[in-house]
Amino acid sequence: MALLALAVLVVLAVAAPFVQRAAPRRAGAILAAPILLLAAGFLAELPAVAGGTFASSSWPWIPDLGIAFALRVDGLALLFAILVCTVGPFSILHAGESLAGHPRLGRFQSTLLCFMAAMLGLVVADDLILLFAFWELTSFTSFLLIGFDRERADARRAALQALLVTGGGGLALLAGLLLLAIAAGTGSGPVFSVQGLLESEALREPAAWPLVGPAIVLVLAGCFAKSAMVPLHFWLPNAMEAPTPVSALLHSSTMVKAGVYLAARLSPALGGIALWDNLLLGFGAVTMLGAAFAASRHSQLKKILAYTTVSSLGLLMLLLGLGAAKAAAAYLLAHALFKGCLFYCAGILTEETHVKYAEKLSGLARLMPMTAVAAILGALSMAGAFPLFGFSGKELALKAELAAGSFGLPLVIATVVTAIFTVLAAVLAGIKPFVGAPPRLDEPSAESHADDRAAGPRDPAWPRLLGPLVLAGAGLVAGLAPGLFAKPMVMSTAASIAGSAVPESPLSALGLLWPPTLATALSIAALVLGIVLFALRGAWRRATDPIAAASAFGPDRRWNAALDGLMATGRLVATLLRGPTLTGAVRGALIAIVAIIGLAAWRAGPRPDLKEAAEGTTLLDGAVVAVLVISAIAAPMVGSRMGTIAVLGGAGAALAAVFLLYGAPDLSMTTIAVETLVVVIASLVAAQLPRIKTISGAAARIRDLGIAASFGLLVGWLALSVAGRSELKPVSDEHVLRSVPEAYGRNVVNVILVDFRALDTLGEIFVLGAAAVGVTAMLGTARRRGATP
Amino acid sequence: MTLLLACSIAILFAIGGYLLMRRSIVRVVFGLVLLSHGANLLIFTSANLVPLRPPIARAGAPAPEPPFADPLPSALILTAIVIGFGVLSFTLVLVRRAARELRVDDVEELCSERPR
Repeated sequence: MALLALAVLVVLAVAAPFVQRAAPRRAGAILAAPILLLAAGFLAELPAVAGGTFASSSWPWIPDLGIAFALRVDGLALLFAILVCTVGPFSILHAGESLAGHPRLGRFQSTLLCFMAAMLGLVVADDLILLFAFWELTSFTSFLLIGFDRERADARRAALQALLVTGGGGLALLAGLLLLAIAAGTGSGPVFSVQGLLESEALREPAAWPLVGPAIVLVLAGCFAKSAMVPLHFWLPNAMEAPTPVSALLHSSTMVKAGVYLAARLSPALGGIALWDNLLLGFGAVTMLGAAFAASRHSQLKKILAYTTVSSLGLLMLLLGLGAAKAAAAYLLAHALFKGCLFYCAGILTEETHVKYAEKLSGLARLMPMTAVAAILGALSMAGAFPLFGFSGKELALKAELAAGSFGLPLVIATVVTAIFTVLAAVLAGIKPFVGAPPRLDEPSAESHADDRAAGPRDPAWPRLLGPLVLAGAGLVAGLAPGLFAKPMVMSTAASIAGSAVPESPLSALGLLWPPTLATALSIAALVLGIVLFALRGAWRRATDPIAAASAFGPDRRWNAALDGLMATGRLVATLLRGPTLTGAVRGALIAIVAIIGLAAWRAGPRPDLKEAAEGTTLLDGAVVAVLVISAIAAPMVGSRMGTIAVLGGAGAALAAVFLLYGAPDLSMTTIAVETLVVVIASLVAAQLPRIKTISGAAARIRDLGIAASFGLLVGWLALSVAGRSELKPVSDEHVLRSVPEAYGRNVVNVILVDFRALDTLGEIFVLGAAAVGVTAMLGTARRRGATP
Repeated sequence: MTLLLACSIAILFAIGGYLLMRRSIVRVVFGLVLLSHGANLLIFTSANLVPLRPPIARAGAPAPEPPFADPLPSALILTAIVIGFGVLSFTLVLVRRAARELRVDDVEELCSERPR
């Protein structure tokens, strides 16, 4: 099933631009339908997976290193697979409407589908290297999607920032995964199988700690960069430059959870190790609280949602650090449902009203009732209101923290404060735009009055409405009747995180509300306080301005300075190394070569035997070399272009003669052919080449002559030193011995070129082809310009 | 012969390097030609020179009869010659185009030139 789903997504990604062109109006539905079928297929696997039977398959990939293309669908993987295959098609449908008519819509859908394939691959991969490959693919597709509006500088900056942060984290992750693989395979080579890693006992042994300790830090650095933990969180709010479908799919429900996914995936192996738990707890708690505070001060719809997403990711990491598998699984599902829904609703609001700020919106429920239903359900779930599934998620989280004893008390306080901020954010983003006085929108959209938007905001057609309604409905159903799908999902996911089945406990909102516990009381208190805070939000923002100003000097501000600094350093180094002009760069390079290699050759090189080198010289040799040397010396002296070309041709002919005399007829023939061609081509363009001029003064020429002479002497000295050295003889002999028996060729040079080193020759052909294309292109455009000046 | 060839290499590299440092852009291109000749000759000289005995096996023989010229430098140089040819043709056309578009034949001016 997993392989089939991957194949379907890749095929769709390839087909997307063509489908878009063939059926511009229906393309979204055509592309989304097969993926919804995939989602149904994954859902059908749920009972089996909940029962503990996991589909897995494996194909050899790099068998020598024990790396396999291995897939495995357990509870955790299945949860993510279902999320990708349900939220994904909704994004495709949404994009098909909201970006209708965009010239690059086909490519957008294709990239979105590529992302879905990568994300699915990431969660079903059962091999560390395979997992890493998919991980990087998600970063890369995310970069393309954030930067989709490539004309806008903000979008480009955000895309680059996301790529550098998550990509940099990816590097740390790779190092960490390799260390883990080595640590798990004691003496028998690295273990790249994820399942093998989880079952390995070696990771917890003290002997493995020198590897496992750094591995934990590196792996978590990768996870934290991907999942936007403080202080690497800043890229995610900026990534909201992306179109709505991207925000809903990548930056709330799936991709940013890749870090959480990997931490959860490795929990059975590393959970309980103090360093692992404490890093997750510490960074999780700080992120959760800090981002929620930031969210409480924003009023731009997508930014509010972005910061609460960062906060939720923090909570998830924290729960993993506590080892609260069930709470993490439940909150993971709840968050994906309500946040995806809210992102779609925010997108619809902005698209319909052209207003980005929640404070400016109100009373839209009458104009867009369906959107209002979805958004309010989503917001209630986010606020953790009874009886939505968000309530269950938050209850389980609080219960898990309370169960941690005195150690959990600060966490409980942080979570309750976060919950208060989250309620404020949820009400502001999801409820406030729909209630209250009817909207007065003529002000911001004055210029668009003339077109069809004069009719005012209204519910969009089904492709954009389906996603938020389904997700909001799922959140409601999961809270009321978790047995339908939520319970098996959460229990099997929790089993994957814990490494073994977790005990049953109530999951429905009603089951958690009654009998009431301390967690219930805290949850209700947070809800009430959040609403109070919402009412007082103006005063709250004014009161917290000083704190926010103090924290505004964050990584995002420093980001520009850091990038500029990097560029400036690069320019400085470049100027230092090569000077401002090309000529100076060549001069510097020659001087450096002479100085460095000359010194090394003088100190270490063997003294060549001049007598031996002079042996075996015939008169013919002398004549040929004389032609070569005279041509070379004449080259800088001839003043005309044609003359120089003729002289260079003479040097080439002499070279061909040398090759012929010393047993290389192939070389000789090639040289003659190439020299003839060069002379022909050079003669053709000679008249259009610039004239030869003497620009530099006499002093500069004498200085350059000195540099050139020492350069020539050095290379001549090297030639004498290496001539006839036997280090390469075995390589040659091997080729000679294998030529006839293995390649059936009697001319060894030919056999080397077309058989033993055939790939080199292929590369050479590509170089020639590229040169030919370049030549043709430059001749061609010049001609066209000439025709139409 | 090695000594003679080493001298030729020295001269080819010296003059090629000298031309490469000229400001007249055509001379830089010609310098490239001489440098690649010199480099090919340097590779060629690095093996033992065996006059007039190409590494070709007789029909039916499993290998060429020694002594024979080393086939490896020949194969390397063959690739280098062809690539050098591609680079040279491209450079010639590029220089021609630059001269026509920018009306500049001084390398230093060309470096300070802003695209129009």
